[in-house]
Amino acid sequence: MCLATLEVFWTVIEVMMDVCNWDGTVSAKDFRIGALSFAQKWESLNSAFPPWSWVPCPKHSWLASHEEEGYLSLENICISRPNEEDIDQNSQTDPGEEETSCSEKEDDIDDATLVQSNHHELHYCDFHVVYSYTFRVPVLYLRAYCSDGRPLLLDEIEKELPACSSKELPETKWAFITQEEHPYLKRPWYKLHPCGTSEFMKLLFLGGDTAQPKLEVVLELYLLSWFSAVGQVVGLTIPCKMLNDR
Amino acid sequence: MRKALQKRMEAQKYVWEGAIPLQIHLHESQVTTLPPPPPALILAPRIGYLPLLVPLIKPHFRSTLPPGVDTIWFEYRGLPLKWYIPTGVLFDLLCAEPERPWNITVHFRGYPGNVLIPCDGEDSVKWSFINSLKEAAYIINGNCKNVMNMSQSDQLELWHSVMNEHVQVDCPAIEKCLFKFFRLVLAGNLEAYLRVSSKLKLATIEDEYTSLCSSKSQQGSGETDFTGQVKTGRVPVRLYVWGLSEDFDDLEDISQVDSWEKISYVNRPVEIHKEGKCFTLHDAMKNLLPEFFSDESLSDSKLAGVDFEDVQKIPSEDVSSNKVVEDRGQNAYEHREACYISSSAEIKLIRIQGIEPKLEIPFSWLVNNLLNPDHFLHICVCVKVPQ
Repeated sequence: MCLATLEVFWTVIEVMMDVCNWDGTVSAKDFRIGALSFAQKWESLNSAFPPWSWVPCPKHSWLASHEEEGYLSLENICISRPNEEDIDQNSQTDPGEEETSCSEKEDDIDDATLVQSNHHELHYCDFHVVYSYTFRVPVLYLRAYCSDGRPLLLDEIEKELPACSSKELPETKWAFITQEEHPYLKRPWYKLHPCGTSEFMKLLFLGGDTAQPKLEVVLELYLLSWFSAVGQVVGLTIPCKMLNDR
Repeated sequence: MRKALQKRMEAQKYVWEGAIPLQIHLHESQVTTLPPPPPALILAPRIGYLPLLVPLIKPHFRSTLPPGVDTIWFEYRGLPLKWYIPTGVLFDLLCAEPERPWNITVHFRGYPGNVLIPCDGEDSVKWSFINSLKEAAYIINGNCKNVMNMSQSDQLELWHSVMNEHVQVDCPAIEKCLFKFFRLVLAGNLEAYLRVSSKLKLATIEDEYTSLCSSKSQQGSGETDFTGQVKTGRVPVRLYVWGLSEDFDDLEDISQVDSWEKISYVNRPVEIHKEGKCFTLHDAMKNLLPEFFSDESLSDSKLAGVDFEDVQKIPSEDVSSNKVVEDRGQNAYEHREACYISSSAEIKLIRIQGIEPKLEIPFSWLVNNLLNPDHFLHICVCVKVPQ
């Protein structure tokens, strides 16, 4: 299972639009097209992986909306890191969960040890990708909890996903984490701040060719690129198949 | 034009000094003394936030509180109040028939962490405020560099100008007093705020009302419009939409908001199209809530900026400014003129800073006069929806 790095993307991405006319942002409609395409592709290629799904959400919870709004959702991902002496059975047998742990730790998993620890409580995480009308880019929301449903605090999350910590994400970089209300679910979630995403996305797409791909392909690649950067922060990885299959 | 500037300052001062009389009751579960303490009477600034009142409330109830750690939150008739929403907005939204004084309840225990984001006092509110300001800056200028680059001292000064000194009134006679005659002593420092915030260069939109007036009266010595040019077409707006399934004649008859599920929070900029005629509040509402203005929905690509589709059609020789692309993207679709409100839903009430403006009012006037210090226009809307 390989980690999608930015270097890989430079070689995989064949064509983008003329970047001079594009500021790195997308419209709500574009986001939806890209997200649906992404979810579909993910499911068709990666049946072993937990699927990303598009969750339609009306603008007003009390009124059926004509507009199709929604968000991408990936839920119940085990983020607990197995340590060397103390491996939990669940993270061993379920390949889907295993894949989403930080790849640097993969080498530490000892296949032979299947001792269930009573002390090692499992932590799970839900990830939602929501469109921001302000910044006109996707934004990652996440929520972590124990197996009994108790929500995790940020410092507990940081232990599992160290790239999220305030030390690793200084404010001067392009992202930082705050606790905010989920735009659709209206509950406290953690949000990865998008300030700077558009500039980043523009850079990522620099050096396009003249051939014009299909719109869905373009938007799907936009989301893939976005994931490659954001995903590293929360330990989400993208299988190589998603990149190679063009 | 100086007169217009003065008028604008006047309007801003009016907004800045607007206050809600609060009668704050301690929740019965936390009352440990007999007789129970009287409620705290406070004039809360509209543009302020409830947690900022805690330094006044806590001493008032200190002697009756049970021992332990305090986690303060407010509630109105069972509904936990979101502390990051300005006080005036909460009042406009939740009190259909304005209740004066507004009776709310304070809790020192049992913070509803599943509904409310944690609040650690002034710092949390300040952080939320600065974040909103960054968002507004991004919407107006296309980036939040100006806010990010603020010096520490400027940031503090801005925040302190917004944080208000509040006047607490313990005298029961106040209940009989007509609040409109009671002026708030120090409703924040508007001058300090304007001084610091002007450094942020958050461009305002052209005031159509003023230019309409001046073109008729031909005032002044030929000075150009002080409000500045239309730099961007996006205005920061936060819309709170309360959906009611019952019809009503009187505001008093409306049933209480008992859950935040009944309220849609729409945090989207309004995109202004300059088509020669005045852009009114009505136009802005169509922009934000198209589902209430036409039986057919407008395509959302029209509302949220440029589509890749449009970008790809533009030949590469074109001038590559984002503004040009955005205009072309938006004009690529027919601007459907909805001249009626959909029979399926009806907008019953629109409130901004406690005012119920007519739909014909130029939107620019609202933006130039009724913004909160976070540079957002907070709009409360009540709609009647089908069952």
